[in-house]
Amino acid sequence: MIEFSNVSKRYPTGHEALSRVNLNVGEDEMVFLTGHSGAGKSTLMKLIMLMERPSAGQVVIGGRNLNRMRAGQIPLHRRQVGVVFQNHQLLFDRNVFENVALPLRIAGYGSREIARRVRAALDKVSLLDREKVNPITLSGGEQQRVGIARAVVNKPPLLLADEPTGNLDPELSAEIMKLFRQFNEVGVTILIASHDVELIRAMDCRVLSLSQGQLVYDGFLV
Amino acid sequence: MSKDPQSLRGAVQAKTKFRDKFTAWQLHHRQSARESLGRILQSPLASLMTCLVVAIALALPTTLLVALNNLQILGDSWDANPKISVFINVRAREEAVRQLQKDLQAFAEINDVEYISPEQALQEFQAMSGFGEILGFLDENPLPPTLVVTPVSSIVEPASLKTLAMKIGEKPIVDTVDLDMDWVRRLQELMVLGRKIVTALAGLLSLGVLLSLGNTIRLAIESRKEEIIITKLVGGSNGFVRRPFLYSGAWYGFLGGVVACILVFAGFSSIKGTVANLAAAYQSQFFLQGLGFSGNLGLLAVSTILGLMGAWLAVGRHLSEIEPR
Ligand SMILES: Nc1ncnc2c1ncn2[C@@H]1O[C@H](COP(=O)(O)OP(=O)(O)O)[C@@H](O)[C@H]1O
Ligand SMILES: [Mg+2]
Repeated sequence: MIEFSNVSKRYPTGHEALSRVNLNVGEDEMVFLTGHSGAGKSTLMKLIMLMERPSAGQVVIGGRNLNRMRAGQIPLHRRQVGVVFQNHQLLFDRNVFENVALPLRIAGYGSREIARRVRAALDKVSLLDREKVNPITLSGGEQQRVGIARAVVNKPPLLLADEPTGNLDPELSAEIMKLFRQFNEVGVTILIASHDVELIRAMDCRVLSLSQGQLVYDGFLV
Repeated sequence: MSKDPQSLRGAVQAKTKFRDKFTAWQLHHRQSARESLGRILQSPLASLMTCLVVAIALALPTTLLVALNNLQILGDSWDANPKISVFINVRAREEAVRQLQKDLQAFAEINDVEYISPEQALQEFQAMSGFGEILGFLDENPLPPTLVVTPVSSIVEPASLKTLAMKIGEKPIVDTVDLDMDWVRRLQELMVLGRKIVTALAGLLSLGVLLSLGNTIRLAIESRKEEIIITKLVGGSNGFVRRPFLYSGAWYGFLGGVVACILVFAGFSSIKGTVANLAAAYQSQFFLQGLGFSGNLGLLAVSTILGLMGAWLAVGRHLSEIEPR
C-alpha cells in the first residue's frame, strides 16, 4: 500500500528532513511511525498526501506512482487517503454533520447517500447525537473523533493520522487507538505518527522509527 | 471486438461513471449558486454596499448612453433633407427674383426652388409667432423675398452643399445664403464624440467594477482560507474550490445590475413627464425612450459577466497560493 524507495526530502531552506528512506507497508497493516520531534514524521505523511514532493526517490501509494502524478490528479488521489492532521482540524462555521460530510460533497454524493454515510461514520465514533452541534462546543477528544469520522466517511483504503493523541490524556488516547484498531480490522491500512512510547508499546503494532530523517528501526517493539 | 460482454460492461460502466460525475458536477453548481447567494444575503449591509458600487458605476454610463440615443432619435426626426435658404436683396424687383428662380431651377444639382414673397413670409410669421400686432406697427415689411432651394437627393455631403451654396451666393441680387443643415450635422458630430466619451467612461468604470469585485472576492477567499485548505486536503479539486467564489462574483454583478436597472429606470421616469410637456409645447411627437427590455437584459448580462470576470481574476491570483502545508 505504501512504498518508499530511496526517498529524500530537502526543503528549500536546505534542511534535509528525510534521507534515503526505504519502507513498505502492506494492505491491512496498522503501523506506528515514531521518532523525536523534527525527525521527519510529518514530512513523510505530507509526501504521501502530495502536499510535498520528494527531492529524490519514489513514492508509490496503492500502486500509483506519485512522482508521475500531475497536479490535476492530486484531488482524486487525496480522496483515497483519509487524514487526521493536527493543524488541519474542523471548521467552526458549520455543524458536526457538515464537517463530516465535506469529503462526500467533494466526491459528489447525493444528499440521501451523504446523510446515510455521515451518520454511519458518526455512529462509529459514538457521536451520532452530536451531529447538529457546532464542533467548537465539543471537548478535545470529541473533536478528534469528529476529525476521524471525516477521515473515514469516504471509506478510504488508507488512513494517515499525525499525532492524533497529541493533546489528549491517556484514557482518551486509548479510546482513539481502539477506534483505529476497529477500522484496521475492517481492512483499512493505517499509519499513525506518534512519539507516545507507552501508547505504542500497549498497541503491539509494527513500528517504523525515524531519527534525523533516517529510518533507524522497522519491526515490533520487544 | 466491441461486442464481447467484457468490453461492453466496461463501456456501460464508463458511461455510468461519466453520468454520475456529470450529476455530481451539476449538483455542486446548484449548491455553490445557492450557498454563495446565501452568504451574500447573510451580511445584507456589506453586500448592499458592494452592489451599490457596481450599480452606480454601471448606471452612470448607461444613463448617458440612453440620453444620447434619445438625442439621436430627436436628430433623426428632423427633416434630414438639407435645404438652402436664399435671402434676396429687399430692393430687387420681383421679376428679377422670378428670373433667378428659373435660373436656379436649371441647375443640375437643384431639385426644386420655392419662392416665398415678403408678404407670404410676413403672414406665416404672424400666424406662427403671435407677434402679429407688433409687426402691425411697422409701416414697411422688413422681410426679404426668399428662395428655398432643395438640392437633388444625391447631394448630401457638407462640402458639396457648401460649394452649391457659394455658387448661388455669387448671383448679384442674392444677399445671404443660409445652409440650415449645418446644425444637424454639428449635432451628429457631437453625438459621435459623445458616444466615444461615454464608451471610454464605460470602459473605465467597468474596469473599476472588475477590480472592486475582484477585491471583494479576494477578501472572501482570505476569510475562508482554512476551509479552502481543508477542502483541498480531503480531495477538493481547484474547480470545486473555485466554484462558490465565481458564483459569488456573478451574484454580486447580477444584483448590482438589477440595482443599476432600477436606478436608470427611476432616473428616466422622473424626467419623462417634463420631457413630454416640453415636446408637446414644440408640437413634437417625441417621447423619452427608456432602456427597454433588451437594454435591461443587456445591462444585467454585462454586469453579471463583469462580476464573474472580477471573481475569476481574484480566484486565479489567490486560490492557487492556498495549499495545505
Ligand atoms: N516547510 C518546511 N520548510 C523547511 N523546513 C521544514 C518544513 N517542514 C518541516 N521542516 C523541517 O524538517 C524537519 C522535519 O520536520 P517534520 O517532518 O515536521 O518532523 P516531525 O513531524 O517528526 O516533528 C524539521 O527539522 C523541520 O524543521
Ligand atoms: Mg510532526
